[in-house]
Amino acid sequence: MGKILEAEKLVIELENKINELKELSDKNNIDFSHEIYILQRKVNVIKKQIYENLSPWQIVSIARHQDRPTTLDYIEILIEDFIEFHGDRYFGDDSAIIGGIGRFQGLPVTIIGHQKGRNTKENIKRNFGMPNPEGYRKALRLMKQAEKFRRPVITFIDTPGAYCGLGAEERGQGEAIALNLMEMSRLKTPIISIIIGEGGSGGALALGVGDKIGMLEYSIYSVISPEGLASILWKDAKKAEEGAKVMKLTAKDLLAFGVIDKIIKEPLGGAHKDKHLAAKNIKKYISEELKALMELELEELIQKRYEKYRSIYF
Amino acid sequence: MLKDFFTRKKYATIAVQAKTYKENPTEIKEIEDIGPVSNTSYDKIKDSRINPRQIIQDIIDEETFVEYDRDLEASNPLDFPDYNTKIAQAKEATKEKEAVITGEGDIKGERAIICVMNPNFMMGSMGTVVGEKITRAIEKAIEKKLPLIIFSASGGARMQEGILSLMQMAKTSAALARLDESGLLYISVLTDPTTGGVTASFAMLGDIVLAEPGALIGFAGPRVIEQTIKQKLPEGFQRAEFLLEKGFIDKIVKREDMKDTLSKIIRLHSRGGEVHG
Repeated sequence: MGKILEAEKLVIELENKINELKELSDKNNIDFSHEIYILQRKVNVIKKQIYENLSPWQIVSIARHQDRPTTLDYIEILIEDFIEFHGDRYFGDDSAIIGGIGRFQGLPVTIIGHQKGRNTKENIKRNFGMPNPEGYRKALRLMKQAEKFRRPVITFIDTPGAYCGLGAEERGQGEAIALNLMEMSRLKTPIISIIIGEGGSGGALALGVGDKIGMLEYSIYSVISPEGLASILWKDAKKAEEGAKVMKLTAKDLLAFGVIDKIIKEPLGGAHKDKHLAAKNIKKYISEELKALMELELEELIQKRYEKYRSIYF
Repeated sequence: MLKDFFTRKKYATIAVQAKTYKENPTEIKEIEDIGPVSNTSYDKIKDSRINPRQIIQDIIDEETFVEYDRDLEASNPLDFPDYNTKIAQAKEATKEKEAVITGEGDIKGERAIICVMNPNFMMGSMGTVVGEKITRAIEKAIEKKLPLIIFSASGGARMQEGILSLMQMAKTSAALARLDESGLLYISVLTDPTTGGVTASFAMLGDIVLAEPGALIGFAGPRVIEQTIKQKLPEGFQRAEFLLEKGFIDKIVKREDMKDTLSKIIRLHSRGGEVHG
């Protein structure tokens, strides 16, 4: 079980009370259905209030929730005949990024995403979703392959950031990310990117130069982690909550800046409460945008993509 | 204490700079923002850093430099606390309005577009203005069919402009893709330090990548790596010589030889850097 949001405690207590009442009514054959109905309605109202007024820091904790659905969860639900492909052809295979081909609503597509583990063991294998250069090079290889075979590319973004290790530096982490940015900007096939959890800096952007960017409601996307910001600016990583507040990393903020194109609704309480509902909303978004993008002439597609990034803020 | 200094938790693409490092390691003090590295003396760091006006004077033929967008200034798009003050201080200290100078001029008679970052303006960090000025310079190179030279010196993306700084990486890289399509030459010159979002975008995208001797070049700052792997970095890690050995730069060039080298490369790419034929 994941950690519980402070604000959720009341909800959980109330839900436990409802369950107690249900048991009581079953055991003693007394009809509490009216009381249960009223309580349930109250719980729903409180829940709604909580989730409509989450602080940035609370959103950070949902975005990082260990039960939050990952790229593979969405692939399982949304993609038929998925085949994962491995390796960058130069150094190795990075399991912090997965990629492959499959069908989205019958259409062959290339899917690439950061992959976090769902438990500690998996997370060690996946390096907590922090890619090395070979992960980005694998992603680029698969994107160029998609271009060749005229498949649209769907990317899922969910990483604390690119890995900061010795090997990553030796093998050119900066070069790998830079090349992805440049090549994605001119890739001759539509790209749709979905931020599904954490969008950690350059390591996220390296899969994120899409024609359209959708962002799950309780995801985050930022230039640095709130902890990193706090530790540099205020010399105290524990001030991360304050960092989260000032750095404008929520989907709402990013939509206002024009950095993303759409906020994709999540089930009440977050995607982990009902991954099928979250996936359904993602599916709707991809489906609509893909249809529109595929109607564009290639030249127009690339031109629009250029203008999208060219015009951010200026 | 030195120990505290190394164990302090940091994440980002940006490390903290050692201001002084003498015999007694407790004398390490930090100045705000970003930068290199604990195992080099401050004097060496200071000397190795470029002064952008000096670079332009050294590289560009006399009285041929035309500056672009000199008055483009940072706003505070996130309404970030204390950012206005920091910008004001940086302006005061450097007498510049932002962390990059862009323009065009002749290098031994060959016209080129040149951008030089300023490591002393908020550590050469890239926010919207730096990204915009560099993108405009790239577009100017395409328009005028001129070769492009960028001297990088940066701690990375500017935190105070948040996600908008990050997006400058995509913007500049996309502009460089167009330069590439136009068959024009881009020479990237990495100087001390080049890290973070600048390394992970235009700095590493040169057709030809040069570096100054001893320059710190990397994605993550040394201290961030040390905290991640929980061990000291080997001597010379992330220095220009190390990157040359690992295959990420073409040539190390001393500052006094830079103009000659740039001029030779540009001439070898024919007039103005246009592709033959």
